[in-house]
Amino acid sequence: MTDHVLTYMTFFPLAGMVVVLLLPRERHDLVRWASALFTLPPLLLAVWLYRNFDPVNPGLQFVEKAAWIPAYNINYFVAVDGISISMVLLTALLTFLCIFASWGIDKGVKGYFALFLLLDTGMMGVFVALDFFLFYIFWEVMLLPMYFLIGIWGGPRREYAAIKFFLYTLFGSVLMLLAILALYFSSEPHTFDMTQLIAQSSRYGTTPLHFWPFDHLRWGFQHVVWMALFIGFAIKIPAFPFHTWLPDAHVEAPTAISVILAGILLKMGAYGILRINYPMLPEATADLAYYFLGALGTWNIIYGALCAMAQKDFKKLVAYSSVSHMGYVMLGMASFTPQGISGAVLQMFNHGTITGMLFLLVGVIYDRAHHRDIDGFGGLAAVMPVYTGVSVLAFFASMGLPGLSGFISEVLVLLGAWQKYPLLSALGASGVILTAGYLLWTIQRVYLGATNEKYKAMPEINGRELFTLVPLGIIVIILGVYPNALLDLLRASLDQLNQLVIPHLS
Amino acid sequence: MEHPIQTDYLRWIVLLPLLGAGWNGLLGAQLQKRVGKWLVSLFACAPVVFSFLLSLAAFFGLLALKPEERFLTDRVYAWLSLGSLHVDVAFWVDPLSAVMILVVTGIGGLIHIYSIGYMHEDRSYWRYFAFLNLFTFAMLLLVTADNLLLMFIGWEGVGLCSYALIGFWYQDHVNTRAGNKAFIVNRVGDFGFILGIFLIFWSLDQQGHGTVAFREIATFASLLQGQEIWGIGVVTLATLFLFLGATGKSAQIPLYVWLPDAMQGPTPVSALIHAATMVTAGVYMIARLNFLFSMAPVTLEVVASVGVATALLAATIALTQTDIKRVLAYSTISQLGYMFLAAGVAAYGAAIFHLMTHAFFKACLFLGSGSVIHAMGGEQDMRKMGGLSRSLPWTFWTFTIAVLAIAGTPLTAGFFSKDEILWQAFSSPHGSSWLWLLGVAGAGMTAFYMFRQLFLVFFGECRADHHVQEHLHESPKVMTLPLVVLAVGSIAAGWIGLPGIFGPNLFAQWLEPVLGAAHEAHGSGAAEGTLMVFSVGVAAFGFYLAYLIYYRRALAPEHFSSLAGGLLYRLSYNKYYIDEIYQFVFIRGTLLLARIGVWIDQYIIDFIVDGSARTTALVSWVNGLFDNYVIDGIVNQLADSTFAAGDKFRKVQTGNINSYLYVILGAVIVAIIVKLRYWS
Repeated sequence: MTDHVLTYMTFFPLAGMVVVLLLPRERHDLVRWASALFTLPPLLLAVWLYRNFDPVNPGLQFVEKAAWIPAYNINYFVAVDGISISMVLLTALLTFLCIFASWGIDKGVKGYFALFLLLDTGMMGVFVALDFFLFYIFWEVMLLPMYFLIGIWGGPRREYAAIKFFLYTLFGSVLMLLAILALYFSSEPHTFDMTQLIAQSSRYGTTPLHFWPFDHLRWGFQHVVWMALFIGFAIKIPAFPFHTWLPDAHVEAPTAISVILAGILLKMGAYGILRINYPMLPEATADLAYYFLGALGTWNIIYGALCAMAQKDFKKLVAYSSVSHMGYVMLGMASFTPQGISGAVLQMFNHGTITGMLFLLVGVIYDRAHHRDIDGFGGLAAVMPVYTGVSVLAFFASMGLPGLSGFISEVLVLLGAWQKYPLLSALGASGVILTAGYLLWTIQRVYLGATNEKYKAMPEINGRELFTLVPLGIIVIILGVYPNALLDLLRASLDQLNQLVIPHLS
Repeated sequence: MEHPIQTDYLRWIVLLPLLGAGWNGLLGAQLQKRVGKWLVSLFACAPVVFSFLLSLAAFFGLLALKPEERFLTDRVYAWLSLGSLHVDVAFWVDPLSAVMILVVTGIGGLIHIYSIGYMHEDRSYWRYFAFLNLFTFAMLLLVTADNLLLMFIGWEGVGLCSYALIGFWYQDHVNTRAGNKAFIVNRVGDFGFILGIFLIFWSLDQQGHGTVAFREIATFASLLQGQEIWGIGVVTLATLFLFLGATGKSAQIPLYVWLPDAMQGPTPVSALIHAATMVTAGVYMIARLNFLFSMAPVTLEVVASVGVATALLAATIALTQTDIKRVLAYSTISQLGYMFLAAGVAAYGAAIFHLMTHAFFKACLFLGSGSVIHAMGGEQDMRKMGGLSRSLPWTFWTFTIAVLAIAGTPLTAGFFSKDEILWQAFSSPHGSSWLWLLGVAGAGMTAFYMFRQLFLVFFGECRADHHVQEHLHESPKVMTLPLVVLAVGSIAAGWIGLPGIFGPNLFAQWLEPVLGAAHEAHGSGAAEGTLMVFSVGVAAFGFYLAYLIYYRRALAPEHFSSLAGGLLYRLSYNKYYIDEIYQFVFIRGTLLLARIGVWIDQYIIDFIVDGSARTTALVSWVNGLFDNYVIDGIVNQLADSTFAAGDKFRKVQTGNINSYLYVILGAVIVAIIVKLRYWS
């Protein structure tokens, strides 16, 4: 059992999909409970993994490797380390909770849950795969169900949103595929094994290429590959200017899918950069990520916050807040300090829990009022005190209130960034003021003030909805008070990763 | 470095109020409904009282030690540990934080008790106490944290509670707007605070001693001398950043604008948070880091200038306000200005002394005004009050004592602490006679506007309507008792810090291990006495003017308000239009940027995205046309011509044997001719 823990975690949902497909179409509750049943074991295994993960060991753990397509040196190779462990835990947690957040889906229930479970396998696979080919397969596997989940179960403009999402991501995937092949053919013997590719990182040339525009930029092979991968990942993060798919996709997607999208899919971009760009292309990372990535992150922080401020749609506001919060991840990664990089990975996790909460909270009132117009509510605190209490917790966590998890990751990122780029760090810190601005303004308009007559009888948040929110809320508080609960797992691997790049920083 | 004494109970000083907050926050609503408000009050007040007792224990524990060994610590656990950054959750109490925890739990405890009476009617009684307890927790964390980052938790935590309590009656957007304003303006300050922390940490790290713990910063601070960033000394810049944080929390220029609006909260909140404790956090922070500020003369100059400017600006606004709480709010800003003036001339002990005495008399004034508002059925306009001394005797007497104290009447607490500040402003190496003179001018105005308030509220004829007058009543004992205690403190608290010419300054001695010995004054006792007499004279003049205008009615206020065509009066009454200017520049400016951002997303980025999608669609449409009309056209043309040919040839097949035979015959003839002509 323990030898195959990651495989079980990845493929349990796939087995669930098969089972769900075999269930009778009209037995909605059976389909829902079966889906919950098949996402529970990965969650339990995640708890086991958390307890058995060796925080001192910076290398890969729970490794599983088997030949798959020997002719091309392709292996089934999965493992976790400090870079991926937090994402694996987050994926297991959010997918389980999102099954319950999907309870209200009543159109094409069977198809929805089948696709959801397939998505789960794809996501988990991306985070555990250490064979590039396998990674790419999972990456694409995840894309397709997402397209249908937005395109079929989404809001009124779902088709536009789904196609936009698909095209953006596909564009990135193509670049990534080219980069993968470039690395494959540069390695000797040709391999997709990420650990091998990292070991051979000195083979990927950095001498400037002799044709336009790379000779002007003084880019070598390594830089071109880096940029191809980076654009693929930047779309997922999403980094400016590749972010406009996100608000549309979020607004149209059903609640649970928004949670998955923000909570997990966005993390894949940042994860990919840390897993692939940093160790495989360290020299290009030192050349290209230094300053550029930090500046891009800072721009994301401020630009996302400003755009969020101008939104009238509650969900769009949360979507833009994601753009802003993912900026901290980029800024932290670019700092190459132990604080910054750990802060970035912690921020990835915290953003998953906090923004997950925010989307679930928007879903709660959307299900009741059937609109998301921020100005269309008002005074909900008097009608739904419990709901308001949970909302305020999530809002203040998102604002980075000290004592809650968001603060720890943001302050680590900004602290780490200060050493390399004090100006960017200061600009990023000013984003915290804007964040307080738009979030407090939203709290005021939705929850405070005189109660809107239309919603005098709005039913209080129910047990199922609380069940999806409370675990996340507890994690938000625990990680704020005792961040070492997660930081301990990340530290060793991330320090090692940092050490690969730092020698190349000029 | 000496080994501090591990004292496990310190954590409970901080955590007890948190337990109270958690209890009432989670269960309060049910308790209040099922059992009654008394249980909520019990769970709210008891933790603060116990915290106070533990604080006393810590105080006596310190007293038992030799002065230079006076500190206790309680390290709880390692909070963050990454690279060279090591931060503990650890509390410490030294003479400075001992003063603060006594003020916070002592005055805080009194205000908790007062609130039992004041908030009795409120539906959300439990929520009020949950936040009041949470505030006490955050404030205690702020003053007992052993490092800057932990202090920052308390720093923002008190801001959160302030926000929640200003907007306590959230159904009215006037209150929620004031709460938002307080939080966001404070965030601007916090931005400076956090950058100051970063700068200190990394500058020390560069010397191999990266730390955020106060005692270690103190040890290694000298290493920062001479370091520069962006052409400015690191210490100067770091202290300026920190001071920006202080101007937010302690309502100084340019970030004072939130405090007057904060009066929207329940009055005991104004007393506790917006007068006695939270707003003094900035002063405490500077005193805590006094060794850094003393290394940065430029920063000190800024601190002193901002302090005295704020003291004067707020005093001039307070002269004309008509809302009983707004006068007190501007007076608070002004008094905080005095504390910064003291800190700016490196007289940190004087700043903390005034902080403490101010906590007594300003809490007394606010609670007194609360008692008045309570009696008046919520009325806050002083123009509708008057003659209340008869129906509210306890409130009247305690309020009067506090007014005497804040006006600097000799032998009251305010006299000693303010005099100390003025003397230091004059005699400290960082001081000047200008600072002193401006400070004295502010003191004169203080006496004027406070006595104006006293006369307007308690003397003369009652100007309230009939209905209100009938219901005038003194507040219950649970409210008047704290007033009496605070009034006693408004007198007695000053006697522990007597000026040099009167006797030993116990307070300065107590703080000496933390703040260092007071500066050698460059004046004599005679000079101190002369200046003291002068400033008392100015305050007496302020009193006399208020007496003439508002008590004797011998002078019409219009006499002054019409000066310079009423311009001065309008400027003061409208607070110099600073709110309007900020609104226009910062709020509108930010919203404009926000709209620009959205515009870029919609009309530039999505234009490109949708445009490339449309271009692709167009290309494939053209491609389709090409397929349909060119390629398929050729194919179809071929097919068509085959058909047409077939059609034409079909006509050849007429079925007429004769024509067939003629054709065959013709063909044979042609063949023969060809054969004969060309192949022979």
